[in-house]
Amino acid sequence: MAEKTLPPVDAVVVGAGWAGSIMAKELCEAGLSVVMLERGGRRSTAKDGAYPASIDELEGATRYKLFQNPAQTTVTVRNRLNQEALPYRRLAAFLPGEGVGGAGLHWTGVHFRAMPQDLRLRSHITERYGKTFIPDGMNLQDYGVTYEELEPFFDRAEKVFGTSGEAYTVDGKVVGKGNPFAPDRSDDFPLPPLRDVYTAHLFRKAATEAGFHPYAMPAANASHPYTNPYGAQMGPCNFCGYCSDYACYMYAKASPNVNILPALRQHANFTLRSNAHVLKVLLDSTGKKATGVVYQDTEGNHITQPAGLVILAAFQFHNVHLMLLSGIGKPYDPHSNSGTVGRNFTYQNITNTTVLMPPTRSTDQFIGSAGGVAIDDFNCDNFDHGPLGFIGGSPLWVNQAGVKPIAGAKATFPGAPRWGRAWKKRAVDTYRHAFTINAQGSNMAYRDVYLDLDPTWTNVYGQPLLRMTFDWKDNDIRMNRHVVSKLDGVVKALGARDVHYSMREPGKPFDVRDYQTTHLCGGAVMGDDPNTSALNRYLQSWDVPNVFVVGANAFPQGMGYNPTGLVAALAYWSAHHIRTQWLKGNGGPLVTP
Amino acid sequence: MAHDAAIAPLPSSAFTPKRRRVVQGLGTSMAALSLGGLATQTAEAASSEQSPAATAHHQEAGTSTRFFTAAEFAFLTAACERLFPEDDMGPGATMLGVPDFIEGQMNTPWGRGEKWFMSGPHRTGPDNLGYQLPYSPRQIYRIGIAGTQAWVRQQHNAPFESLPPTTQDAILTALEHNATQFDALPASAFFEQLRSDTIEGAFADPTHGGNRHMGGWKMMGFPGARADYMDWVDRYETPYPYGPVSISGETG
Repeated sequence: MAEKTLPPVDAVVVGAGWAGSIMAKELCEAGLSVVMLERGGRRSTAKDGAYPASIDELEGATRYKLFQNPAQTTVTVRNRLNQEALPYRRLAAFLPGEGVGGAGLHWTGVHFRAMPQDLRLRSHITERYGKTFIPDGMNLQDYGVTYEELEPFFDRAEKVFGTSGEAYTVDGKVVGKGNPFAPDRSDDFPLPPLRDVYTAHLFRKAATEAGFHPYAMPAANASHPYTNPYGAQMGPCNFCGYCSDYACYMYAKASPNVNILPALRQHANFTLRSNAHVLKVLLDSTGKKATGVVYQDTEGNHITQPAGLVILAAFQFHNVHLMLLSGIGKPYDPHSNSGTVGRNFTYQNITNTTVLMPPTRSTDQFIGSAGGVAIDDFNCDNFDHGPLGFIGGSPLWVNQAGVKPIAGAKATFPGAPRWGRAWKKRAVDTYRHAFTINAQGSNMAYRDVYLDLDPTWTNVYGQPLLRMTFDWKDNDIRMNRHVVSKLDGVVKALGARDVHYSMREPGKPFDVRDYQTTHLCGGAVMGDDPNTSALNRYLQSWDVPNVFVVGANAFPQGMGYNPTGLVAALAYWSAHHIRTQWLKGNGGPLVTP
Repeated sequence: MAHDAAIAPLPSSAFTPKRRRVVQGLGTSMAALSLGGLATQTAEAASSEQSPAATAHHQEAGTSTRFFTAAEFAFLTAACERLFPEDDMGPGATMLGVPDFIEGQMNTPWGRGEKWFMSGPHRTGPDNLGYQLPYSPRQIYRIGIAGTQAWVRQQHNAPFESLPPTTQDAILTALEHNATQFDALPASAFFEQLRSDTIEGAFADPTHGGNRHMGGWKMMGFPGARADYMDWVDRYETPYPYGPVSISGETG
């Protein structure tokens, strides 16, 4: 193992996913020399998405080809403060990505904006229901940025991603049959919506009959051939059903690899180094200025990359882990509710209801895309929470991204046979005639739900693992149960043969064994108050102003929508202010506390 | 077919689990019975990753297996067939090549535990915090098969694969419900591995050794690697008409 220091660059970007690729592109455009470091290997659609080898459920989804290998580094998990956390040894509940493209290569492509109320949720709830409506122990916070401020950056991200969707209003005028709860837009989606698969079509009809407001889900899957503002080309989605967990062989699903990296590589001032695992951010003697990062290569060498600007753009919890390992900001203490790094760690509150249709209806679940049909009638604050006494909501949708037979056959229902003849009969019947309606809900932040460093286990780099303290709380359990109960009318209208409602069960703790979602949020959140946020509204560290931390780590609480659209918009928002303000200033804070 | 679960003593290796712990664990679950040489032999089996003798035996028998001994493979074949039996729906695990698939998986990074966080200390906790055992899939099979066969022999004086299907089903049900434990390995953890891998072997692309002639896919109605439904997305009342195709180009 050798120590080596490289020549300094203007900026180092940690992570080659969406956030890192957007930041690197913006900084290269601004003329900075940029090194982007990715701990995983090189990945490309041409190689990792090549048909037909990539159409392999065992390799892709079952053996987690594009995901982080926990043998290298993982997290520990516990439910309560007084419990010993144990290592997350096998991937299951959540699946962080690894390699160039990051989670942006294996994501499905569901591409939402954020609801305006979600971005200022504490203010909104206080204004509508009063401050006492907020439960004790809930660290409900605002983002410090509004929808109106972010709108141009949501628009920018959709154009880069080639997003397909149907608007409701543009510049205040109704233009289509999109989501009537959605905020106003400055422009339409760059592409029209994907066609409804059969099950989404059934849901659209049934939801309409039940009195709800179905709309086509916005998807970063190109419904037609598309060239984005960087000149990157996308092919049309052919509904192959290999969205989640795979590189899209059709070049139809947006990824950093398809939509940004080809343009980024054209910049002479850009360097991408893969297999470079960043160990920590280096600070000067004052602890108020970063001087670069140190990373480990595959030979075990420790390499210092000096830089004037450090962008942490790794996956949500890796960003928090790096801040804790580097001493950037004050670690959160749940007992005193003080400190900011690790605070407001949240997840997403998802349960999946299975509907079994009559034997005459073949649901063809293997057909899929990131599109689908959703209703927002119970998302965010689109309904009166006053009599309900909880905060948050959940869209309901059919987002059939292709069900393959291993996953289909492994899915089980309480009380149903799990093997043998009876199980085989049931598995085939379910695969051919069932489909899933997802309730993808918000998750509020709580005082005793947080991230810190584990006292016992270390990774292969000899560093303490990140520890997650997480459990479901009464507010969120009741929210989920309320929203899922609203499916009754939809299920009746569907003419279903059978239904298995899946709801959060009171007293049943968070379980790492079942896949739920990779939408982990918070832990280094943005905001206006340095006592409750690690980052200011531009994603700049309050404590070390030449460090910006970009990703879902910045969300003060988890929203009902998938996070990537907001991550991308926040990246463009942050980059815009680095380019227009920070680079022109003295390198100090963009906000004075 | 193999004849005896209490296979000939095999060279032991340095890897965990420690023999002493295995004997203790089996002793606990078989307290009422005379252990004699059985547990020792089981422990030997459990502490051996690879058996050159067994490999030679398999090669003679014309199979390509390398990890499982002939006796282990006989158990595996019988157990997989009960989990995924041949019936009027379609072929069973044996015809689909599921045991061969599992054999193949043992020789991958996953089978060797290289895709799981295996660093100690290994502590126990509530089920919802997930897998905490020190065992790779290979070790789960080695310990689980030896332990199950020893347990079965106490009750039936015969190896699992020689018993009638109803008895085999009762034994698998007992494993599923965690009726015993093999060293630190709960019977249910072994059962879940077996069930999960059987399903994978029945439905993974045939390139991995199972799902022979796409028999699993035909049964499920899955078109395999066709992966192009541009013209079928909105033909709502028309079930997709084509049979499967595999990554290698085989059609069915």
